[in-house]
Amino acid sequence: MEKRYDYVLWFEECDLKSIPLVGGKNASLGELLKANIPVPPGFAITTRTYERFLEQGNIKKEMFRILKSVKTDDVESGEKASKTIRTLIESTPISDDLQDYICEFYRRLSKKCNVPAVPAAVRSSATAEDLPGASFAGQQDTFLWIRGVDGILNHVKKCWSSLFTARAIYYRAKMGFPHDQVEISVGVQKMANAWTAGVMFTLNPATGDRSTIAIDANFGFGESVVSGECTPDNFIINKITDEIIKKSISHKTILYTRDPESHCVIKQSVPSERTDIQCVVDKDAIALAQIGKRIEKHYGKPMDIEWAIDKDTPGKAKIMILQSRPETVWSDKKIEPVMKARSSALEHICAGLVTGKKVN
Amino acid sequence: MADNKFPSPHEIEAIPGTEGWERMYPYHYLFTTKDKERKEYEKNAFWFNDALHYPEPMYPFDIIWDEAWFLALSQFNTRIFMIPPALGIDHRIINGNVYITPVPVTDPEEVQKRIPLFMERAGYYYENWDKLHDQWEKKMKGIISDIENLEIGPLPEMEDISVVKNGLGTSSGYELLKNYDKLIDLGIRCWQYHFEFLNLGYASYVTFVDFCTKAFPDIPLQKITQMVAGIDVILYRPDDELKKLAKLALELGIDPQIGSDAKDVETVISELQGSENGKKWITAWDEAKYPWFNISTGTGWYHQDLSWNDNLNVPLSSIRIYIEKIKAGKSIDRPMEKIKEERKKLITEYRELLTTDEDRQTFDQLHGTSELVFPYVENHMFYVEHWFHSVFWNKMRNVASIMKEHQFIKGTEDIWYLSRSEIKEALWDLVTAWATGTKGYGPLHWPEEIKWRKGVYKKFKENRPVPAVGTPPEVIAEPFTIVLWGITNDSMTAWAKLKEIGDPDKVNELEGFAGSPGVVEGIARVCRSVDDIGDLKEGEILVAPTTSPSWAPVFQKIKGVVTDVGGIMCHAAIVCREYGMPAVVGTGQGTAIIKSGMKITLNGDTGKINIER
Repeated sequence: MEKRYDYVLWFEECDLKSIPLVGGKNASLGELLKANIPVPPGFAITTRTYERFLEQGNIKKEMFRILKSVKTDDVESGEKASKTIRTLIESTPISDDLQDYICEFYRRLSKKCNVPAVPAAVRSSATAEDLPGASFAGQQDTFLWIRGVDGILNHVKKCWSSLFTARAIYYRAKMGFPHDQVEISVGVQKMANAWTAGVMFTLNPATGDRSTIAIDANFGFGESVVSGECTPDNFIINKITDEIIKKSISHKTILYTRDPESHCVIKQSVPSERTDIQCVVDKDAIALAQIGKRIEKHYGKPMDIEWAIDKDTPGKAKIMILQSRPETVWSDKKIEPVMKARSSALEHICAGLVTGKKVN
Repeated sequence: MADNKFPSPHEIEAIPGTEGWERMYPYHYLFTTKDKERKEYEKNAFWFNDALHYPEPMYPFDIIWDEAWFLALSQFNTRIFMIPPALGIDHRIINGNVYITPVPVTDPEEVQKRIPLFMERAGYYYENWDKLHDQWEKKMKGIISDIENLEIGPLPEMEDISVVKNGLGTSSGYELLKNYDKLIDLGIRCWQYHFEFLNLGYASYVTFVDFCTKAFPDIPLQKITQMVAGIDVILYRPDDELKKLAKLALELGIDPQIGSDAKDVETVISELQGSENGKKWITAWDEAKYPWFNISTGTGWYHQDLSWNDNLNVPLSSIRIYIEKIKAGKSIDRPMEKIKEERKKLITEYRELLTTDEDRQTFDQLHGTSELVFPYVENHMFYVEHWFHSVFWNKMRNVASIMKEHQFIKGTEDIWYLSRSEIKEALWDLVTAWATGTKGYGPLHWPEEIKWRKGVYKKFKENRPVPAVGTPPEVIAEPFTIVLWGITNDSMTAWAKLKEIGDPDKVNELEGFAGSPGVVEGIARVCRSVDDIGDLKEGEILVAPTTSPSWAPVFQKIKGVVTDVGGIMCHAAIVCREYGMPAVVGTGQGTAIIKSGMKITLNGDTGKINIER
């Protein structure tokens, strides 16, 4: 028997070097953790697990036989092949030894989160994702709010099989990318069960001031903030001193949360006793801003970040970063000096005096 | 914005029972409707109450400093440095309160003409700052030594024989007149020097502020100030001396003799004389007095602002606070390293956030100059308002003793109800009568006049002055006005709002400048002067007209500060930033609206205060 490191890895154990084993998505989560950026906890099921699954199920030969029959000019043959292969993968049982790895990690993840059978996102993480000109990103499936070991195992298989969507098959064939060289890893990550959530910019979107971090926050999931359905609480934080410069607490009417029965995301009224209270305490807002600074530093540019404060995770790690992308509005503006350059301070002083200070 | 948010200066009526008050002040300080041109000028200018310097109505004598800076500031702007768009600051008085207005250069051509002149003149000062500043310090120390050595003694029944034997040729009467003139002259000269650097300092600072707020629209003004503020500021020295004395007392084990506030300074000193260690401590205490106890317990602007030397119980009481702190295991030292680090961090990190080389160059230029000039802005007050003034007031008290002795006034403190030129005239009356061997006219005139003036002054004090009169301008260029009074659209709107408040008991929200960040809720304690600080309890919020370095120990006890007057650079704001304690300054009427015992919430981030009623 091989070591568990070949089959399952905590995100903390992943980095860019482990892409062949855990795929691009899982590796980048590991990178964020290395930069001290909290992301919801989870683990990667490696490409080795996938391979072993194929070997143990003895289905590899059959799969490649079907794939060989696919003609690049025939869409229908691709779709048929896809369906057959996916059914084949999803109906093949995972061996006990692989199940043990996955289930044990899932159990430990639940324990870590203090939630029995923690709801998780099960996501595929392809190794080819980051190959130039062969982007498969987004072609594999993501499954949200999955609970319990059976659910996890089934959806891991669904992720594996998503490597064989008709589109993926067709695309690889067209690009001449050999099917047997694409491997897949799966990430199992705790769903952020947001008490509060929102967005954060590492500059002030209203003024473009890069010395500040702006945070918008509401109770529940971030959807209410992103969609603009709710006036969020707003914090302006000084990036250099980590002080809150400005804070506006709004009247918050609606929030998004998960229906405990259906696991669907639903919209609710904010309970009346909470509508006017600050939804993120100062300390957390500052901690969030500090994370924002680290993300900005990591990427070297102003960022637009989605975050949540988790209900379940105890202690400091409750702040979680769900997504981050480069800010575009101010960052794309033409850079011009704030003041015309002058040869001396005196020239500036004189010019300033002549202009005076507008009173209104 | 020429809409009349503020009353015309000519509409303000005399308070009943004070009619005739005008004769207490210089005639040219009065608003007038007699001349059409002057009336128009006065109506169209924006006059605001200089509550920053004068939280209380003016005593006829104390207006000397107002006249002194009226002249000094104005001449440097208008005639010496040729500030291109700004002339001096004009002054008036209504019901005992001083109103001032910056006077702009209105002709654009004239502004252009002044530019090269300003560049040459101000440029010379900026380039030779350190050299000129050293020279300034010498001049200041010179006049301080002159005033300290100035003798104003009683008039003898008969002149000493030495007058004859030395062939002196003059009398004590003449000396009194001469030395009174000299005393006044030294005061006026001191204020000439006061402004030699000040406006250039402010101009540089204002430009740096302007750049920073353009580059970082959200930057709190306090952060800009922190980037240029000195660390070894002379104004902290008096307080540092007390800390040293507190430590020494513990080291020598004489803290039980220092005792509590119930014990008077004389008792403490006489008890300490009894032991070797006690004597050691007294030596250190006496050494600290010069010059550091020449710190005023107020702003130094008023005669009643006594210095530590005048009331040694004040510094002693502060030493007791420090002793208690040390005993409780708390550090009383200013966290110098931390302050230095924070300052460095602000400078480096704000600079790094700039996106172009041009901006970094401008930042370096302006920061460099501001850093060069700022120590003056912070330090000059110790020399002028504290040290010089403290000595000056006491010399004036010597004059008062002579006048009292000759029954010109009933008590020495009555002298402040006379203007400096009236005193000069009275002294002539006094010395000629002394010389002649007759009775002066003064005793028949002044005591009665002073009695009336006291009544007027009392009514002035009960009156709440309007914050401003006249027509607000669109642009202000005068650097002093911007930095010190923080005259902006916001502050004027806030004042206009205040003006409309009929009943101070109905106000639940107050606004001022965000002096030091943070939010705190607590019980308010109104202290009108440093004498009231004994009432302060641990953890209360101090509400004061203004604070000065002699209030320093108070900051160890409280958790927030509200002041009536002051901008971002006022003492309370500076100290609170150091202690990391919220402050809202320049609220206008904080002490009038907030009462001791009220629960208030103070927001040092926004400058807002909420009163729970």
